[in-house]
Amino acid sequence: MRQRQSRALWFWVFVGPFAAGLALFTYVPLLWSVWLSFFDAHNTVSPTDFVGLDNYATVLGDPAFRSSLVTFAVFTAFIVPATYALSLGLALAVNRLRVAQAFFRSVFFLPTACSYVVAALVWKLSVFNGVRFGLANTVLGWFGADPVAWLATPDPPWYWLVVVTVRLWLQTGFYMVLFLAGLQRIPVRLYEAAALDGARPGWQTFRHITFPALRATSVAVVLLLVINSFQAFDEFYNLLSDARGYPPYARPPLVHLYYLALGQGQDLGLGSAGAVVLALVIAVVTIVQARWARLGRTEEA
Amino acid sequence: MHDSHDALARAGRALRLALLTALAALFLLPFYLLVRNGLASEAEITAPGWTLFPRDPRWSNVRELFADPDVPMAHALLNSALIAVATTIGTLLLASLAGYGLARIPYRHANAVLYAILGTLMVPAAVTFVPSFVLVSSLGWVSSLRGLIVPTLFSAFACFVFRQYFLGFPRELEDAAQVDGLGHWRTYWRVVVPNSRPVFAAVGTIVFIGAWNSFLWPLVIGQGRSSWTVQVALSTFTTAQTVTVHELFVAAAVSILPLLLVFLFLQRYIVAGVERSGIDD
Repeated sequence: MRQRQSRALWFWVFVGPFAAGLALFTYVPLLWSVWLSFFDAHNTVSPTDFVGLDNYATVLGDPAFRSSLVTFAVFTAFIVPATYALSLGLALAVNRLRVAQAFFRSVFFLPTACSYVVAALVWKLSVFNGVRFGLANTVLGWFGADPVAWLATPDPPWYWLVVVTVRLWLQTGFYMVLFLAGLQRIPVRLYEAAALDGARPGWQTFRHITFPALRATSVAVVLLLVINSFQAFDEFYNLLSDARGYPPYARPPLVHLYYLALGQGQDLGLGSAGAVVLALVIAVVTIVQARWARLGRTEEA
Repeated sequence: MHDSHDALARAGRALRLALLTALAALFLLPFYLLVRNGLASEAEITAPGWTLFPRDPRWSNVRELFADPDVPMAHALLNSALIAVATTIGTLLLASLAGYGLARIPYRHANAVLYAILGTLMVPAAVTFVPSFVLVSSLGWVSSLRGLIVPTLFSAFACFVFRQYFLGFPRELEDAAQVDGLGHWRTYWRVVVPNSRPVFAAVGTIVFIGAWNSFLWPLVIGQGRSSWTVQVALSTFTTAQTVTVHELFVAAAVSILPLLLVFLFLQRYIVAGVERSGIDD
């Protein structure tokens, strides 16, 4: 009995500080927000004006909210397959290199050190600068094409190319490293057996050995990619906002939430309702994906 | 027959190497642009033809950046450094202790606690910035380093990585320590921590990079100029465009220098950290 008590004591000595902090800085704010979301809370965190579900009605009825979900869907449809394919391709190519493997791995991994703020700065002011001296427009000029206003107009929506390539450049190396680790865990005997069965190196081996063996890594990569794309904020904010504020187009969920909660008037009740809705959306997206991944596993077995 | 097959394989290898080299150049391009524009004059950047590199690199741009009273770059760098170091040390301490407790100290409700911790991973931190802002502002921590650091110290992800690692830690080492009469606390500090340096380095580098590059939370909390981080300062000047272009590029180059150093010297730990972050399913 005494021993059990002393174990419990030691458990809380180790886990207690972390658990208390997590409760205070994650659970308390979440519950507080749920409470706030039922109030009219302009510029205050202790409101008295109960408004029921009005804030939720406002958030869900706002066309800007729905359009932010569409922006997320489009962004995800571009960035997830692009990052997946490029990081897997780079991992396969780097893994088979006989020379300079460490060099290439480092180069593709290096952008992970860069912040989205710095990357967006380079993209906005240099690569995709809308004026003639921007790098992309300089290259277009060599072929006699007119300069493109990359970010300044939603029509045609060239801004997608800018937004997607920033993230593609920045995150691909991270996922390449995950795939490289996955590749190195594949037992060599699988390939030897396949060679004995007459499978030729290249596409056949990839399709029947490598790709199925990378399944767990693939599932983890896709999950992470979708969650991260839902949280996209930094590059959108830094690419598109200027001295006049943020344009009405290309607002992903977190940018929408940022202006909802901390824009003019600091409507924290409305912002809290938005945060609750988005938290539910991402929780549902995650659960659906996890179930889809598990479903695939049972089929395989 | 064999010869032509060999030749084909050699050609394939050469093609792959050429393709990778081209891609590598593309991946390095943004770093080149940072340096090129950072060392150029305004006129050279906006000139119609593309100059590969400024004729005389203006290293004085760096001095001008730190001398410009309108751009609090030195202060922002200091803030970022303080935040990144404090966040790294705090996260490592709290998450490793919790991870060890969860992995090694038998307790009836340990599983319930573990699920409560993992449950927070369902809702990514970025989505909860409004609730967190509400809490921090009611504590009166807006525009303070406290507000920027303390709420970010409790990483469920880091805790989980440590727990998984300690589950696989060789028990014999701990048993020997217990035979010597050491309790949990001293076993942890004298035996477990000294034998776990790589995992601390892996998690630490990942947390440090994340803290240095983080933007949304510092943007929300660091509202006063005195609590700007490097990222917030850069963002403010990029979006408002009140600063000359070459000054912005120098500032951006200076801001990634510390991380490039971390990358050069600690890359194997970072890679190990990334690998740990992907195999947690």
